[in-house]
Amino acid sequence: MGHHHDHADCPATGNDALSDYVPRLEGMARDHGLSFYPVDFELVPNTFMMEVAVYGLPVRMPHWSFGVRYIYQYVQHRMGNSRIFEVVFPGDPNRAYLVNDNALPENTLVTAHVLGHADFSKNNSLFHRMQHQVGFRIVEQAAARANRIQAAIEEHGTSRVEAVLDAALALEQHIDVNQDLNRPPYPAMYTPKPARAPRDSYEARYRQLPGEHTDDPAPRPVKSAVPPRPEYDLLWFIARYAPELEDWERDIFLAVREESFYFYPVFACQIMNEGWASYWHARLLREANFLPGQVYLDAIKTHSDVVRPYGGGEAVSLQVNPYHLGFRMWERLIDDHGLDRALQIRSEEDDFGFIRNYLDQDLARELELFNYTRRPGAGGEERFMVKDRDLRDLRENILLPKFNYGAPRIYARSVGLNGSLTLTHDHVSDGRGLDLARARKVLDYIHRVWRRTVRLETVDHSGEIKVLETGEP
Amino acid sequence: MKDEDRATISGMASQNRWYDLFSRGARDWLRHNEKVREAVREQLPDLVAGADVLSRPGDRTLQVPVRFLEHYRFRLRDQHQGEGVGQGPGKPGDVYRRGQPGGQGDQSGGGGSGGGEYRFMLELKIDDIVDWLWEELKLPDLKPKSTDALTDEAVIPEGWDRRGPRARLDRRRTVKEAIKRRSIQPDRPAFTDDDLRFRQLARRKRPAVNAVVAFVLDVSASMDPGRRKLAKAFFFWAAQGLRRQYGQLDTVFIAHTNEAWEFDEEAFFQVTATGGTVASSAFRLVSEVFADRYPPALYNQYVFYASDGDNFADDRHAAEALLLQLASQVNFMGFVETPQNRFESSRSETGRLFKSLEARNHPVSSFTVHGDSDIWEAIRAFFQQQASSAA
Repeated sequence: MGHHHDHADCPATGNDALSDYVPRLEGMARDHGLSFYPVDFELVPNTFMMEVAVYGLPVRMPHWSFGVRYIYQYVQHRMGNSRIFEVVFPGDPNRAYLVNDNALPENTLVTAHVLGHADFSKNNSLFHRMQHQVGFRIVEQAAARANRIQAAIEEHGTSRVEAVLDAALALEQHIDVNQDLNRPPYPAMYTPKPARAPRDSYEARYRQLPGEHTDDPAPRPVKSAVPPRPEYDLLWFIARYAPELEDWERDIFLAVREESFYFYPVFACQIMNEGWASYWHARLLREANFLPGQVYLDAIKTHSDVVRPYGGGEAVSLQVNPYHLGFRMWERLIDDHGLDRALQIRSEEDDFGFIRNYLDQDLARELELFNYTRRPGAGGEERFMVKDRDLRDLRENILLPKFNYGAPRIYARSVGLNGSLTLTHDHVSDGRGLDLARARKVLDYIHRVWRRTVRLETVDHSGEIKVLETGEP
Repeated sequence: MKDEDRATISGMASQNRWYDLFSRGARDWLRHNEKVREAVREQLPDLVAGADVLSRPGDRTLQVPVRFLEHYRFRLRDQHQGEGVGQGPGKPGDVYRRGQPGGQGDQSGGGGSGGGEYRFMLELKIDDIVDWLWEELKLPDLKPKSTDALTDEAVIPEGWDRRGPRARLDRRRTVKEAIKRRSIQPDRPAFTDDDLRFRQLARRKRPAVNAVVAFVLDVSASMDPGRRKLAKAFFFWAAQGLRRQYGQLDTVFIAHTNEAWEFDEEAFFQVTATGGTVASSAFRLVSEVFADRYPPALYNQYVFYASDGDNFADDRHAAEALLLQLASQVNFMGFVETPQNRFESSRSETGRLFKSLEARNHPVSSFTVHGDSDIWEAIRAFFQQQASSAA
């Protein structure tokens, strides 16, 4: 739960009471039918939180790009624009971090919020599937991977490891979540399907005409191409098929890929998950009669800051706040269909299904959602023109940034006899071509690990096919 | 809810000493800055050629504005166009504006990379830049010349003795000796003659470390600001390099048209004048200045002359005689030619004079500088020559 806040306030007070509240809130949550793996709460300093927010994990591989994000976060924090309340890492146990100098009411709210996340991550099917693959101790696993990478730096030097991480982290989103984390290599041989049986008696007789009868016996297995079909999991493909990748380099690619699988459900369920946690922190606090009145009031004030649709003092928002949207949707769903139905939906859907199935006309109108078209204006500003309030477009536009992990659809198409790699951008589904300057830079990263020519097909601004190529001709 | 024993506030992160690792953000930030420096360094020749380092001679640092490095990812083109969803009142056709594109970073698990909103100033020390250039241009380390090195007699302190003139009594050392003696012989007098220590001096020869370089600039009308800037850049880096070679480097700045004047450094680069070109006036002034203030017995002498090469034909003999005289006394004399036309180099009046001296094995060379990028070639050529002749 991170959000933008106008004032940085109050010194630490009375978080001791928290160890009394935590078990009681847990009990209430279970009574409502929530279920979760144990939650390990820990109070940590703000600096720890900032780094967790930047790295996505408490201990993660070193890379200079995290340093850039860290400085952004640091500047935001120093300007008082950004406060981080909690971070929770799903697993068994869940690991939740709260800020030790946030006040008791905030941390009480956050505790209840974390329980909502813990329920969601245990029961949601996408989380469930991913967690079973990546394991339930991500914090420790990531720390172990970070240590392995540190060892690689000591053995092979910063610049070589950095070159591998430049490529792997740049391709972080390019995985195929519909495949397993542990994939076998492509079968080396492939047997073409035997000729199908004749469809009807006419075809059977036709085949017996002179010259039509082909007497091929059982079809022979042939060497299959690599990849046999478009391969979207670029991290896996490069780790597996790069001609000269060393073991430690492959290790780094697979480490980045594994963490990417871990992050995917958080990405793909953000609206549902944050909404669900916000719904439960509001409800648990409302029902927690053991809370002193002032704690409750202060906590609810924080709640309304988190789930408000607009930034401070603004009357319009050009970006939908997922906490707000998710919270309002769950509130409506539980009112209309009851808690059991809601528990079922949180198990079965991700944001795609959730938005398409449950964001209805009434709620869209109530929330004043609108579609806009965005154009660059003069002097670096952006112009947003209100288009309409069409429900179907609202749903699709909310989901637009979530397709394909938020990245362009790029697949490995073929590997040439000389080992050169050809990537293709599916510009038809994406609706436009790639940013060519950036694509070239990414190709350079890839080239350093693939070590043969790397080629990429996309389209330019006029829709003409454009082939970028790197490495020796 | 039977799991109350689990519902506690734990201390895993602090117990695992993760806080120790938590300079990670700062560590990766420092790594980023290192990469920025590397990137800046690669473009250094371009960067300093264009920069105005020379007009502020007192300023020993150079500030370079840099953006944060971007870790590139595949992105669709025209990110700032498209459709999206907002929230609030408004009719179709209403327009809202937002100042900075890409202001909010996305908070996805993978995360996006920051745009280019923040910039910071990278401060580079001139000395560091010279170091980098040395590496970049693969220049050799220079030593004071041994073959033709001038020698000074130097008096160097060398140890102590029990006898010596009173003036060289080392009191501190003497007291130390007395204390040492008294600590083993408690009832002895405060000082004895044996405690006395006198400084010993030795005479040694050492190579002269003084040098003077005369920068001579043709400021006649044909030397436009672009050419002067090239000359100035060459002078600057040549001086920086020579400073590494000699403990003490004096500089003399002389400009000429049909007569010559000496300037201080700041005024020198501002000079404008009209008039013809009589190079001998400048060479004569150099000779006078050297004879007056920098006798060849005490100074390694260098001369650099920058011009487009034109000279009055009448002046040929005078110029030739003076150059010949200079060439026989200096360590090195360089002609930095900024020709009107790249292909006319060394065919100019002055160019031919230097060529003929060079052909007669005087320590003379010519460098043609036509654009910013030529400066590095010229500087490299100069110092490589220096290194090979120093051996």
